[in-house]
Amino acid sequence: MATTVADRLEEIWEEKPGLGSWLDTVDHKRIGIRYVYTAFAFFLAGGLEATIIRAQLARPEETLVRPEAYNQLFTMHGITMIFFFVTPMLFGFGNYFVPLMIGARDMAFPRLNAFGYWVFLFAGLFMYAGYAAGHAPNDGWFNYFPLASKQFSPDINIDFYTLGLIFLGISSTAGSINFIVTIFKLRAPGMSISRVPLFCWAILATAFSVIFALPSLTVANAMAALDRLFGFHFFDVAKGGSVILWQHLFWIFGHPDVYIIFLPAVGIVSSVVPVFSRRKLVGYVWLALATMATAIIGFGVWVHHMFAVGLPSLSLTFFSAASMLITIPSAVQIFAWLATIIGGRPVLATPFLFILGFLFLFVLGGVTGVMFAAVPFDQQITDSYFVVAHFHYVLFGGAVFPIFAGIYYWFPKMFGRMLHQGLGKLSFWLMFVGFNLTFFPMHILGLLGMPRRVYTYPAGLGWDLYNSLETIGAYILALGVLVTVGNFVWSVSMRRGLLAGPDPWGGDTLEWATDSPPPPYNFVEIPTVKSGEPLWDQPELRAMNERVIDRERTLATGHDTLGTTVLDAELESILPMPHGSFVPILAAAGLGLIFGGLIAHLEVVIGIGAALLVGSVLAWFRDQGDV
Amino acid sequence: MSASEQRLVPALPRSPVGAEGGRSTGYWGMVILIFTEATLFAILLTSYFYVRFQGSPVWPPDGIKKPELALIAIMTPVLLLSSGPMHWAELSIKKGNVGRLRLGLLITFLMGATFLTLQGFEYHKSLAEFTPRTDAYGSLFFTITGFHGLHVAVGLLMNLWLQWNAWRGRFSAERHLAVENVTLYWHFVDAVWVFILVSIYLSPHIWP
Repeated sequence: MATTVADRLEEIWEEKPGLGSWLDTVDHKRIGIRYVYTAFAFFLAGGLEATIIRAQLARPEETLVRPEAYNQLFTMHGITMIFFFVTPMLFGFGNYFVPLMIGARDMAFPRLNAFGYWVFLFAGLFMYAGYAAGHAPNDGWFNYFPLASKQFSPDINIDFYTLGLIFLGISSTAGSINFIVTIFKLRAPGMSISRVPLFCWAILATAFSVIFALPSLTVANAMAALDRLFGFHFFDVAKGGSVILWQHLFWIFGHPDVYIIFLPAVGIVSSVVPVFSRRKLVGYVWLALATMATAIIGFGVWVHHMFAVGLPSLSLTFFSAASMLITIPSAVQIFAWLATIIGGRPVLATPFLFILGFLFLFVLGGVTGVMFAAVPFDQQITDSYFVVAHFHYVLFGGAVFPIFAGIYYWFPKMFGRMLHQGLGKLSFWLMFVGFNLTFFPMHILGLLGMPRRVYTYPAGLGWDLYNSLETIGAYILALGVLVTVGNFVWSVSMRRGLLAGPDPWGGDTLEWATDSPPPPYNFVEIPTVKSGEPLWDQPELRAMNERVIDRERTLATGHDTLGTTVLDAELESILPMPHGSFVPILAAAGLGLIFGGLIAHLEVVIGIGAALLVGSVLAWFRDQGDV
Repeated sequence: MSASEQRLVPALPRSPVGAEGGRSTGYWGMVILIFTEATLFAILLTSYFYVRFQGSPVWPPDGIKKPELALIAIMTPVLLLSSGPMHWAELSIKKGNVGRLRLGLLITFLMGATFLTLQGFEYHKSLAEFTPRTDAYGSLFFTITGFHGLHVAVGLLMNLWLQWNAWRGRFSAERHLAVENVTLYWHFVDAVWVFILVSIYLSPHIWP
């Protein structure tokens, strides 16, 4: 009987191969993998920019790139890594694994999900079109005014920045709404709020941060675009505007964004640590609370990016205190992970190595972070290489190492094959050594007074050796990344990786209950969850795809998933899920034409884009069976 | 379909509207969209006050007159009261009364359209005096009120779409998620106006 049920589900959920299905898919797994591929491509692009930057700085008075090109390179490096790599990468993992971890058949709004991906892709292409036009953004990733005003940046570089980020924001907002509703409503029966996997908690906290933080960036960029394209005066002091307004708006978004980057990475750590420590996580409630607390306090610390601007000392004091406060939830998390590792029997597989690397680097970055909370110190080293060192420790150490742990941990689930463990360890050590060789000397350079963003420097300031070491480190780091790319090719493209089976690591969460890669319908039956570690406490779930326990939970009569209540996850309704649709990509293309028309000053293109967008939105709701 | 096959699904309401008392996914989606939109307006109004208190001691600056309130005194009640018929329309369709749904939507549409038309007149008068390119005050004034007007316009388009579907008989006591969501959105657009009224139109009179 069981096979018949699976066959029926296959029939209902399968998407036929081919170009049509490639463009119209709404399967969260296909979309999730796309996010991961695309974000990784941007990671390689951002990494390439970094290697050029390091080559230029390898020795004094180097002339590899012109100063104008250098400005574009470091600006695009920042924009790429922050906006087009880390967040989309983590959203990709979220897309793929949130429905699997909570026992659902898809995200709450599958077409919105597809729309979010296409908008992300088009926004990324839009931003990189700046290079093709010879005018990529060049005023740094935080784009301060008045430098970014029409008067001082007359070319279209900054228009790519403002319009591109508004464009991308639509994708992040759509994705966040989708994550929140999915985690609220689509959890398997029994997965009450105290049994939600911490990765999903982290995604939830991130999504709420996006919902409340991103409008600030969007408003700032909309004002900037109106100033630059239509002659408004928001940031024009001569006409009563304020340049500091841009800084406030940018950092009201910018600091929560640090946690938008960091929290999902924390979620990966909380997923990997218990599995490789072979014991339950210590302090689940504390970790969940710390995740939410970090997201909330993260909204009250933005002024520490502006300590050197000359704000009233009362506000400096407040934000200095808040910035110290936020270390508490971070410390709670670190100690919970350490207690889990110490109390367990750790297995030093590749994913866990990257987590250990993360713990070491993130604590180092956290220590320099506390130093920035002290106003007098901050004012001394602001805009020096010390800052560059700090945020690479927290962002590369704090987010990229967990992302690589996530890649090695979840790769078998996504592709059905194991990565080579030896190559994985080689990749880790190259990255770890390369990272520290690149970024540790930057602390010293910053204290010696080297400012960030200079395209070169004179000899004899005592900076030469450190810079040369950093460049060597950067190339070792890049080599480490390439080893992982090679590992991927070896395992998947050359089909050399061992077959993974459903659960190669002995995992605790629901994604390990189904096949690797999972079938289009994820689970033959939607299970009843009775524990925070369902696969460790409910052995019957391991054979779920072979032996149906409760036939009613197979939902094998339609394209449906289960809806449950927000807190207790009690059965509530059956949710019909939409099939593949071309509407999302058409709506995203409409947006792309609007933004493209704006930058090219082509009203016709804007009109066509608007018509396409309105038409797609109408079609979107038209073919929805239930209005 | 045989009896054994029917047992492949639990006996639950099969609809996106959710069970009695439960909220559907679509409802939550709209609530969170409104959260993020409300934040957008909050940031815009915060920027308004930031520029105001950073900038010139006289507000509005550059000899621009304080906003006139005559038209606003008509626009405000028209928009705020339009939430009434919208609410009535929603209640009616929950009881299955499609006729009242159509009527409520129509009244709401007419009131919203009146608001936008009056805002057009108001802009016409203001633009004779200052434009978004005059100074930061002009930029803020027209961007914030224009952004709200855009939301009213989108609400009217959604209203039209509801009316079209109401005439095609697509709503019933069981299926009316779209009506619920547009109602929620419309209440939100009305509520935001209160903040814009106080900040942009009244505050220059209250704190000279």
